[in-house]
Amino acid sequence: MPNMSFAAIKEKAQAEWEALQGSTHILVSSATCGRAAGALDVVDALSSELARQGLETPIIQVGCMELCYADPLVIIRKPDPMSIAYANVTPELVPRIVEGYVAGDDPCLELALGTFEGGEDEAAYIPELPRYEHELRLVLRRCGYIDPENIKHYIATGGYSGLDTALKMPPGDVIAELKRSGLRGRGGAGFPTHRKWEQCREAEARPKYVICNADEGDPGAFMDRVVLESDPHQVIEGMVIAGYAVGAERGYIYVRAEYPLAIKRVQIALKQAAEAGLLGGDILGSGFGFDIEIAAGAGAFVSGESTALVAAMEGRRSEPRTRPPRLAEAGLWGRPTLLNNVKTFAYVPSIIHHGAEWFASSGTEGSRGTAVFTLAGKVVNTGLAEVPMGTTLRQLIYDIGGGISKDRQFKAVQIGGPSGGCLPEGLLDIPIDYDSLREAGSMMGSGGMIVMDEDNCMVDAARFFLDFSTRESCGKCTTCRLGTLQMLHILEEITAGRGKMKDIELLQQLAEDVKAGSLCGLGRTAPNPVLTTLRYFRDEYEAHIRDKTCAARVCTDLIVYYILPDRCDRACEHCVLTCPTDAIKGGKGEVKVIDQEKCTKCSTCLDVCPPEYDAVVKLSPVSSLPSPEPSERRSKK
Amino acid sequence: MIAKDQSGQALSEILSSHTKDRGNLIPLLQETQAKLGYVPREAMQAISDFLGIPRVEVWGVATFYNQFRLKPLGRHHIVVCMGTACHLAGGRLIMEALERELEIKAGETGADGNFSLERVACIGCCMLAPVALIGDKVFPRMTPFKAEEALIPYKRGEAKDTEQ
Repeated sequence: MPNMSFAAIKEKAQAEWEALQGSTHILVSSATCGRAAGALDVVDALSSELARQGLETPIIQVGCMELCYADPLVIIRKPDPMSIAYANVTPELVPRIVEGYVAGDDPCLELALGTFEGGEDEAAYIPELPRYEHELRLVLRRCGYIDPENIKHYIATGGYSGLDTALKMPPGDVIAELKRSGLRGRGGAGFPTHRKWEQCREAEARPKYVICNADEGDPGAFMDRVVLESDPHQVIEGMVIAGYAVGAERGYIYVRAEYPLAIKRVQIALKQAAEAGLLGGDILGSGFGFDIEIAAGAGAFVSGESTALVAAMEGRRSEPRTRPPRLAEAGLWGRPTLLNNVKTFAYVPSIIHHGAEWFASSGTEGSRGTAVFTLAGKVVNTGLAEVPMGTTLRQLIYDIGGGISKDRQFKAVQIGGPSGGCLPEGLLDIPIDYDSLREAGSMMGSGGMIVMDEDNCMVDAARFFLDFSTRESCGKCTTCRLGTLQMLHILEEITAGRGKMKDIELLQQLAEDVKAGSLCGLGRTAPNPVLTTLRYFRDEYEAHIRDKTCAARVCTDLIVYYILPDRCDRACEHCVLTCPTDAIKGGKGEVKVIDQEKCTKCSTCLDVCPPEYDAVVKLSPVSSLPSPEPSERRSKK
Repeated sequence: MIAKDQSGQALSEILSSHTKDRGNLIPLLQETQAKLGYVPREAMQAISDFLGIPRVEVWGVATFYNQFRLKPLGRHHIVVCMGTACHLAGGRLIMEALERELEIKAGETGADGNFSLERVACIGCCMLAPVALIGDKVFPRMTPFKAEEALIPYKRGEAKDTEQ
């Protein structure tokens, strides 16, 4: 392939792609999320069932289709009459689906999530699901639909056309196109991408480096992993274009070692790109050469900060340093370095290929394009979503996320992980963009969005995030190292019912100090979860301190477990037999009672109590525990 | 467990495949751990000699990053996700149940070498929260009682040693 022109490579890839589209084939969503839900067992079951029936239908292990709640997700692509998606497929269902719709014409609509062509009343028409009213898939559009281990699928769907275009432009024009698009860094801070590129281009020292930051350490955010696992070439192509624009010849993808599948798929993609002459010396006969290597991160949240990431790549402890000098002046090994997030690079090829307008026509004035979010926590449809900037939180949580699971009451949405904030119901109609979120006390951050309901305690949530930040603080700045620890101690006292009213003031003060006195983003944003919960959920702090009450019944020291005598079934002994500390009294024929002295609040009784009785409840404050039933009433029929 | 001379040989193979650049410190530690299951003290000394940097630097790096373990894992390594989604869904109760049943704390390996227990910040399977892993087997939507039950085949020796 190296000697072929790009047009010839593309033509060949398109012919193969179109042949595939014209025949029946099976897509299985098998990114890490799909695999965790059992996708590989489904792939095995499909292979053996196809073999048993003498069918040779290809099975393609695609990446993530965004609909993680439906994993393992199987799509049978059938040009005629229609393609159908099946949700939560198990190996047991496979023979039925293969027999029904691969071999035969029975679409098994009772198992279907929906169809891709309309006309069937019994199943949903996928393009008309409420989520697609809001979604705009720019960077995720191939995810779940192409084979991430086959470069031809990428090329046939427009891939590397951006690079082909860029190589025919003067490097300065590439950057000018980015400037017109209004692309801002997708790593969280939202710095204009073209400015970074310009600074690096202007730097005189050689060699220069391009680094892709795939150190996604934010709990609850996994979109970078999804992009690398589902469409790795997009990132590679973006990096090569960046190398061309800034004058670098070497790039690194710094990816968490915890993402083995992402690493594997990037390795395969790099090899295929090199074989096709799209990476290496003299790319597409342009005279420009560029190579990319993978650097596996060893796990440190602070490495997401650019100077800390460079330290890690140099084999040092991942501690940030003061800027200036910027990375564009003195980055990796002291050389000019361009560092962008996975998604930032992933947008670049299409911006160059389709032009700046393609990107700039969506989004808001200050925040162009789309944003990718992961939706997790107490929403019905967990997964990913890509929406234009300016979409509201409500649309995202209710229309795309399907609302709150188990019909519970919405309480807060946490955006941006340990650096972000918890926003209440009253702010659900603010548009999502860099500036509106910052005003509300949160931030775009990585785009991890966690929905909390009435069963989640906001003081406990703040304590959780602080605990994370304290563990991940690199220790360089005193305010971050000790300030977050001090804040954590105060929060632990409050959740244990030993808080004092003046602690709230102290927390507020410490939070401001940590923000002001820390060098990098980790320390400067670590207090956000505390500050936003203090701002929007102060009543919960006060209830913990004053009334020793945790309304969500989460904080162990403020709750007791209680068996409702009226609901307890005298013949059932589930809780008695499973209690690890033998804290539950009562034999057969008796209502059970928890011995509070022995109870460790492990929640096993609540877990095992059969749902038809649902007799175990948590009460808060501890003093609300009713006095025990007299023993004669306990055994009465 | 790999015998000492074998681990020494494995280590020299790893060292000989790298140049003496400081930038190779983390890959060296990663490969050592991939081969031996953890980073023994002797390995840190050998790496320090090889790269010509002080031992304290190697120690500093090895203890800075979450990935590196300085002690061998149990035959069955159990990971409990403590990411946000898992925490909100009761991850702490799962960890407490496992600590109680295994009689070890998070970060420890039992005296008989059967089990080790670790907390991680997020494994990215938020839709299955709360999640635990035994070896590479995923246990989705855990409850304290399910955690206790999941251990039974491993405790009885009916389950195979897990991959590390």
